[in-house]
Amino acid sequence: MTFVNWLKRNLVVIAGLLTLAYLLLPNIVVTVFSFNQPKGRFNYEWQEFSTAAWKDPCGVSDLCGSLSVSLQIAFWATLGATLLGTMIAFALVRYRFRARGAVNSLIFLPMAMPEVVMAASLLTLFLNMGAQLGFWTVLIAHIMFCLSFVVTAVKARVMSMDPRLEQAAQDLYAGPFQTFLRVTLPIAAPGIAAGALLAFALSFDDFIITNFNAGSTVTFPMFVWGSAQRGTPVQINVIGTAMFVVAVLLVLASMVIGNRRNKQKA
Amino acid sequence: MTNDTSGDVRLSGITKTYGSFTAVHPLDLTVPQGSFFALLGASGCGKTTTLRMIAGLEEPTGGTVHLGDQDVTALPPYKRPVNTVFQSYALFPHLDIFENVAFGLRRRGIKSVKKQVEEMLDLVQLGEQARKKPHQLSGGQQQRVAVARALINHPKVLLLDEPLGALDLKLRRQMQLELKRIQTEVGITFIHVTHDQEEAMTMADTVAVMNAGRVEQLGSPTDLYENPRTTFVANFLGTSNFIEAEVDARSGDDIVLKAGGGKLVLPGARCGAPTSTGGKVLVGVRPEKISLTHADEAGEIPEGRNRITGKIADSSFIGVSTQYVVDSPVCPDFEVYAQNIDRDPRLVPGADVVLHWNPAHTFGLDAAQDIDAGVDEGAAS
Repeated sequence: MTFVNWLKRNLVVIAGLLTLAYLLLPNIVVTVFSFNQPKGRFNYEWQEFSTAAWKDPCGVSDLCGSLSVSLQIAFWATLGATLLGTMIAFALVRYRFRARGAVNSLIFLPMAMPEVVMAASLLTLFLNMGAQLGFWTVLIAHIMFCLSFVVTAVKARVMSMDPRLEQAAQDLYAGPFQTFLRVTLPIAAPGIAAGALLAFALSFDDFIITNFNAGSTVTFPMFVWGSAQRGTPVQINVIGTAMFVVAVLLVLASMVIGNRRNKQKA
Repeated sequence: MTNDTSGDVRLSGITKTYGSFTAVHPLDLTVPQGSFFALLGASGCGKTTTLRMIAGLEEPTGGTVHLGDQDVTALPPYKRPVNTVFQSYALFPHLDIFENVAFGLRRRGIKSVKKQVEEMLDLVQLGEQARKKPHQLSGGQQQRVAVARALINHPKVLLLDEPLGALDLKLRRQMQLELKRIQTEVGITFIHVTHDQEEAMTMADTVAVMNAGRVEQLGSPTDLYENPRTTFVANFLGTSNFIEAEVDARSGDDIVLKAGGGKLVLPGARCGAPTSTGGKVLVGVRPEKISLTHADEAGEIPEGRNRITGKIADSSFIGVSTQYVVDSPVCPDFEVYAQNIDRDPRLVPGADVVLHWNPAHTFGLDAAQDIDAGVDEGAAS
């Protein structure tokens, strides 16, 4: 009986812990195997502890090159998609214009369409235009599919913004530019940041569209896929773990800064 | 107030239309420097649109806005020496209270704002809260921040758009007095938009009653209450009883009217309707001016008072007074408010009574208008 009662009281906690384990287990496996010393070319079975791969993350040819390509594409795609997406979101919420409804639904099409279809049709388009496949075609493709995510994130934020805040700013001697800089932008910032983060994550790990349109350029996901057929170097796990740690640290840092700022203000 | 006219607000022929809908009909209005002016009306009557045209947040379809001698019609809001306290305050959520109040000063390039902001926060009794964010304050505190944020700029005119609408009744009373105190202290022209007739009457020196995009009547609260010129004003400000009557004769300055079987006397100066013999007039009288006497003692009523007979249909005791509804042949539900000084125990529903009042408290209106205009709007506030 006491066990049943204990279970009843802690059911929510148990369910939460199980879900968390389900979410984190793959990351743990990746991390653990980054310290493995595999026999043969595949890193699928635990052999013995080693930090060799961590000491030489670029030890596999082309790995760090592909990582750099991916980071560059993700950076520029994020920048492009965030700029365009923010402007589109403001236009869609703030202004009434012809075909506004159509634009509103068309912008979500890339989110709904199967990626393979989009990849194939993009390739057709690029080939017909005679474009040289490579860095630029990948970048254009990434900006395109990140755009809808940025628009969604920013639009939600702009829609919940009280237009009277900007009127109040104008009433208090802020011209159009000052109003945008001091009121509109800071209030929309969380939405824009969320959109940018989404764009970066989506662009960095995209495989299907990239694979179709990359030509001879190799991004990190393409490198992982390619090597998985011939053998998986431990360095892939090292890069994966490092990225996970960096992301977690960034989140923690932003939480600490946020808390400290709130405490100072109070 | 003073001879300085630089804070006068002068609207000439100002109008605003949205497509085929006219929100504000051509309107002329002068608000003198230093006065507390209220625009009173039900929602959708054009009062907020008028206010926003003064602020520059709405572009008039026609007409001009002058501040003192300056024509500001074409100026954008950020170039007008006018500040607004918005409905629901519109405080900047990402800035703390100090920065909210300092906003206007900083935009005008003033560097040392600390002293001014602290003084202003003290004026609205929020010195302790300077580093809090707006959402950490109560409704009343946010309201005071909004007032401080506007007043710190020493505007020529302060515009208040239903600033007390979101507060509960007790806080609203408190803030009414507070705003009135601040206005007297700083001496700036206040233009206050409200749908609450009591709020307008308590706070303002001059009230403009608006209805369907027009100013129905403009005057001091007492003047509007005692001498309404339309049924809308009579019903919107407090309660009025109306009797349809016919002009019988004139005797000196008074008009004698026939209503039902009896005669009523109305001072000619208080009649806003044409008074040719046989013409129709709406006779109005406020519920608190009427005395109620039991029919058995009708003989004791002094001569020279207007009187009508009826039967009490309903009575409700509300502490300071008792409110009676009397069914009379000339008016089906006559309202009477009696002070609870000497309560006659016979005045219960079903009793026959005589209603009587001093003729000087009677006003006359044109019978061609809707008797019930403004009834619902007034009751709702």
